Amino acid sequence: MSLASPAASPAAATASIVTGKNRDRDLKSVLFLSVLWFSLFFGVMVLIVLIVDTAVEGAPRFDAALVTEYQSRLRPEETGFRAGILGSAWLMVFTAALAVPLGIAAALYLEEFAGAKRWYNTLIEVSLQNLAAVPSVVYGMLAVGVMALLSFTNKGVVLGGAVALALLILPVIIITTREAVRAVPRDIRDGSLALGATVWQTTWRQTLPSAIPGIATGTILGLSRAIGEAAPLLLLGLGNVLFDPTGLTSPVTALPMQIYTLAGDPKEEFRTAAAAAIILLLVMILAMNAIAIFIRNKFQRSW
Amino acid sequence: MSTTIQAGPPNGAGLPGTPDLGRKLRLGEATIKASLFASALLSIAITIGIIASLIQPVIEFFSTHVSFSEFFAVTDPSGSSAKPAVIPLLTGTLVTTVIALLVAVPIGLGAAMYLSEYASKRARKWLKPTVELLAGVPSIVYGFFAVTFVTPVVLKGWLNLPVGFFNMLSAGLVLGVMIIPTVASLSEDAMSAVPLALRQGSLAMGANRMQTTLRVVFPAALSGIAAAVVLGISRAVGETMIVATAAGNGKNFSLNPFDAAQTLTGFIATTARGENPVGSAEYDMLFAVGLLLFLITLVINAISIVIVRRFRQEY
Repeated sequence: MSLASPAASPAAATASIVTGKNRDRDLKSVLFLSVLWFSLFFGVMVLIVLIVDTAVEGAPRFDAALVTEYQSRLRPEETGFRAGILGSAWLMVFTAALAVPLGIAAALYLEEFAGAKRWYNTLIEVSLQNLAAVPSVVYGMLAVGVMALLSFTNKGVVLGGAVALALLILPVIIITTREAVRAVPRDIRDGSLALGATVWQTTWRQTLPSAIPGIATGTILGLSRAIGEAAPLLLLGLGNVLFDPTGLTSPVTALPMQIYTLAGDPKEEFRTAAAAAIILLLVMILAMNAIAIFIRNKFQRSW
Repeated sequence: MSTTIQAGPPNGAGLPGTPDLGRKLRLGEATIKASLFASALLSIAITIGIIASLIQPVIEFFSTHVSFSEFFAVTDPSGSSAKPAVIPLLTGTLVTTVIALLVAVPIGLGAAMYLSEYASKRARKWLKPTVELLAGVPSIVYGFFAVTFVTPVVLKGWLNLPVGFFNMLSAGLVLGVMIIPTVASLSEDAMSAVPLALRQGSLAMGANRMQTTLRVVFPAALSGIAAAVVLGISRAVGETMIVATAAGNGKNFSLNPFDAAQTLTGFIATTARGENPVGSAEYDMLFAVGLLLFLITLVINAISIVIVRRFRQEY
């Protein structure tokens, strides 16, 4: 999160200039302001409608079977998302294991070691900016290529999904880590360097620990994006599995994948189950975001 | 909050006027720096990797299965299993993206104007995350919402439009809702960066806040807003799950938003679900469409990056 920008409170400033019998009370201004209000709350209104509509549709299926049972064609009214929930959990663990160390390393290089005006550093910056906006399906295709390179022939395994999701959230983690590292005041680094520490010792013992709350927040937000992502997994052939994942090469499915499959099913019971699973997914994402906000508010220091 | 403390990289990081600490070669230090550099290089490697992993099946596709003219065609050749025509997919993407922009640009800009010009600092701290909440909802959830609510209740029920179960209108509308935060957040940054003096000048000339916002702040921030919109376009073009669930499952060369039609990403999603053996025409076609999609978003992203770089130098 960026702190105050140079013109942090233009609203406050203009409000103090425009005082008393101000010029903001005419009809046009009031209309304009109400349009702005509408724009501001339009999103929230849609979100409320979305949650209420989905919750109402999924209400009959808020039961234990939803999380304990596998998907079942024979008993659609008891179909569950056990495979998807466990699969998503496995994918998240390995996604984080791949993306977090690489992301932090890249961010530390760019912030602490990179010389200012080298052409290759500019190239890294630009490609990073581009990668942040590459469609997620394309990452799925890249992961297919990577898996072929590693000569894995089984489709839809944990490793493949984790590679795709890790590639997807790597730019997010790099960007948020850089912001967190940049927010650490230079005085701390100067102090450490003055006492004879090398740049790496300074980075490892002073800068990085001070930036950890910001990095943790960014990582969780990145993972909360990955957990809802289905498009790249679709390309890796994550299908319908009826067992728990057992290892890196075990076939797996993910919660959003299961939702996608069931949402398009003609059977009413499956769509009800999909709606209930969506609420479950939203709760998981909300919890992750709440943890991120908690960490930020609790541990982040402002210098 | 103190403003005197300066944040930034350490003195060792190549700033002018710092003592040269690197004279003594430290092996451990050099190794660490090299491995961090390697991690950073990964971002370039990923870009190259994307192109490399897409290009090989695409070459195979055009050399063994179809010609360019069959690819950039409106209708599939009869009797071919590959269904190579890409123009109907492009029109599908065009229609859904335009609808999405019609939703996201006015609403995103409205929200940005309120946050930047009207909200107090305290209010902004709470309101901005509220707008950004929309970005955290998975796209499959939006897709489900489009199919179960927007099409049957809003379009058919309230507006009484002649739409089918799948249609580009509902996919586009929901896509628009999804990219509101992209447009709003970046436009707000751009408008907040407009110097206060410009506003003061406008107010001093007797303009009210609405006039100041629309005629002074908005034009001054236009390049940043343009970059925000361009990035929104890139998101809309690349979004997959919404269009895969709500826009339709078949190619349809139509500009009518009430029709069902597949988009580029929708085609990728539907084809990927089918079991196509590696090396088959269908499988390679997937990568041809993927490469096209990557190139389109690459161009759009490049435009946005160029706009942002130019805009940064203004104030």
